[in-house]
Amino acid sequence: MPNEVLEKRELAPRTHYLRVEAPLVASHAQPGQFIILRLHEKGERIPLTIADSDPVEGSITLIVQEIGGTTKQIAALRAGDHVSDVLGPLGTPSEIENFGTVVLLGGGFGIAAIHPIAKKLRAIGNRVISILGARTKELLILEKEMRAASHEVIIVTDDGSYGRQGLVIDPLKEMIAQGTRIDRVVAIGPLPMMRAVAELTRPYGIRTVVSLNPVMVDGTGMCGGCRVSVGEATRFACVDGPEFDAHLVNFDELVSRTQMYRDFERFHLCKLEEKLSSTSVPEGAVNK
Amino acid sequence: MNPQERMKIARHPVPTRAPESRIRCFEEVALGYDEATAREEAMRCIQCRKPACVEGCPVAIDIPGFIREIVAGNIASAAAIIKRTNSLPSICGRVCPQETQCEQKCVIGRKGKPVAIGALERFVADCDRQYGLTKPDVSVKPTGKKVAIVGSGPAGLTAAGTLAQLGHEVTIFEAFHKPGGVLVYGIPEFRLPKQIVREEVSTLERLGVQFELNVLIGRTLTIDEILGTEYSAVFLAPGAGVPQFMNIPGENLNGVCSANEFLTRVNLMKAYLFPEYETPVYCGKRVAVIGGGNTAMDAARTALRLGPEKVYIVYRRSEKEMPARLEEVEHAKEEGIEFLCLTAPIAYYGDSRGWVSEMECIKMELSEPDESGRRRPVPIPGSNHRISVDTVIVAIGAKTNDLIVKTTGGLSVAKKGYLLVDPQTQMTARPGIFAGGDIAGGEATVIAAMGQGRVAAHSIHRYVMEQ
Repeated sequence: MPNEVLEKRELAPRTHYLRVEAPLVASHAQPGQFIILRLHEKGERIPLTIADSDPVEGSITLIVQEIGGTTKQIAALRAGDHVSDVLGPLGTPSEIENFGTVVLLGGGFGIAAIHPIAKKLRAIGNRVISILGARTKELLILEKEMRAASHEVIIVTDDGSYGRQGLVIDPLKEMIAQGTRIDRVVAIGPLPMMRAVAELTRPYGIRTVVSLNPVMVDGTGMCGGCRVSVGEATRFACVDGPEFDAHLVNFDELVSRTQMYRDFERFHLCKLEEKLSSTSVPEGAVNK
Repeated sequence: MNPQERMKIARHPVPTRAPESRIRCFEEVALGYDEATAREEAMRCIQCRKPACVEGCPVAIDIPGFIREIVAGNIASAAAIIKRTNSLPSICGRVCPQETQCEQKCVIGRKGKPVAIGALERFVADCDRQYGLTKPDVSVKPTGKKVAIVGSGPAGLTAAGTLAQLGHEVTIFEAFHKPGGVLVYGIPEFRLPKQIVREEVSTLERLGVQFELNVLIGRTLTIDEILGTEYSAVFLAPGAGVPQFMNIPGENLNGVCSANEFLTRVNLMKAYLFPEYETPVYCGKRVAVIGGGNTAMDAARTALRLGPEKVYIVYRRSEKEMPARLEEVEHAKEEGIEFLCLTAPIAYYGDSRGWVSEMECIKMELSEPDESGRRRPVPIPGSNHRISVDTVIVAIGAKTNDLIVKTTGGLSVAKKGYLLVDPQTQMTARPGIFAGGDIAGGEATVIAAMGQGRVAAHSIHRYVMEQ
């Protein structure tokens, strides 16, 4: 059952918004969950966070950053194209209760992952403060959506081109210093950012959750490629996560494990770029 | 020919691709009999009046019956006899551990070598596939009942075939993007060509079986949503689930992975054709595969075909206790895989970049038999030694995935998370839900799963017809 791309646009340079037909995923998705997508018969399976879902239309929203070969091909999709496979929703949904005040930190395209969590946290009565970080103004995504899902939004850019200048953890640091009551922190973004948030909140004992995106193949618990050390235990991000207690995650190991296939990914990207740049060559002649 | 004359015929070895040529490709290793050889081998069967071989077969194939038809040259009849109780013979002929089943019981085997029942089954099944000797009966009267099957591995496919032939409308839900379960992600091409699995799947499609791919039951849909509404009964056959690790230091270093991951990348995702196929697989120069089962042999022989300098099998008991099929052990050795038996890893060490570079092992000796009946391995103090490796593939089995149990009301779970079923009917604690294969009793063989799929299908038939 191929899934049609209903809408596709560029949100920011190299960051793309896609609405994809996937009725059963849309009707079952909960915040914090993800899908595995395979583009075509020869494609790899990659995990992508479900940024939003519309059970009425039967569609899900994906926000994809061009990083490797597969995401580059996703970037080239147009409305009306089809993707071969969408499996989901996968993973344990976010723990969502009325905690009180929740601070959400979204770094870069991690904002896409915190958006559905923010929406639901707010809907059930939490006070939601969102801190959104980007390298520069034009890379900031989903600002409007996050403003609608939060009571307060603080924007931080590395270069100060929008909002305040600094790191996404700076406002959180200040809130803690000022004695703001924070019942829970959810941080989703690049590993160094999530790790910095974990280190910041650890001494204060603020419950902090991060969402991890390690290497995965099946996404259903079968391969163990996504294993992460959490406290004393090895957990599988695809079924036990993707969200874990930030204070227990072994970030050193995780950083190393995400490098495991880096060289292959670079190679694949190079091959793909060669292929894309030689589109005038007749098909079949490329490998001769 | 009298029995004495028959018993004088020597067993015919199955021709295989030469080790030096096969270790660089994924082409099938065992080549199978031609018709003349098959007939000569079939002549070795003395047609026992009380055939012990049939008792050794988990699906009770009429073995002397089909062998008799080979001798008579009626391959179509032979195929029809096999298909009465085994819907996937071209697969079983390749992957069944015949030496512990039918062939172990063969009377001829008491004095010499048993009749090569597995190779004969394969011969018949391959002729059937090639020439279309048997046709599925599509004339069956529909019952109007719908049955859902979770998982398209050997148990699910068998149950689907059986139920469809009984007139039920069958839908198989498969989490992967391709049907076949372990037959496509686990067992390598060189042991079971995927074309065969595709053909079996299309046979089922011709019988009206629907495949719903990319559906993870428990997440994409739940049993509680579909049972009692659209479907009158459900058969759960989702497979073994979650790979086990040893929980020893260094197991999360880069270069260490589960056999499931390694085999899925290569078999299902075709990583050996990277970058044409976009999934990569890492395989270094010195590979250690931990374990002694079929999965370990498959992982080791798959790794070998990716071109490393050295591949070890590291197994904590002796070769005699290895659960792998004899033929796989022999093939692995012929191909140059080194067996380090009575050896167990206790830690892995990495380089500065977090990649495994060495493993520390300890030698074992065997003491009294444990609950599995095999002699328990105990470490020999002071026997620690280190082996240089850059790839470790852990193939020590799997635990159950609790997703279905967590998301379905009324199921009971036995030891280790296996679903509790009535062995007579394969029905779980909840009426209308049946289970089979690895989820219902621990990891076993393709044929054991098929046997349970068949039993379940007949009980499902009785159950839905009473509804």
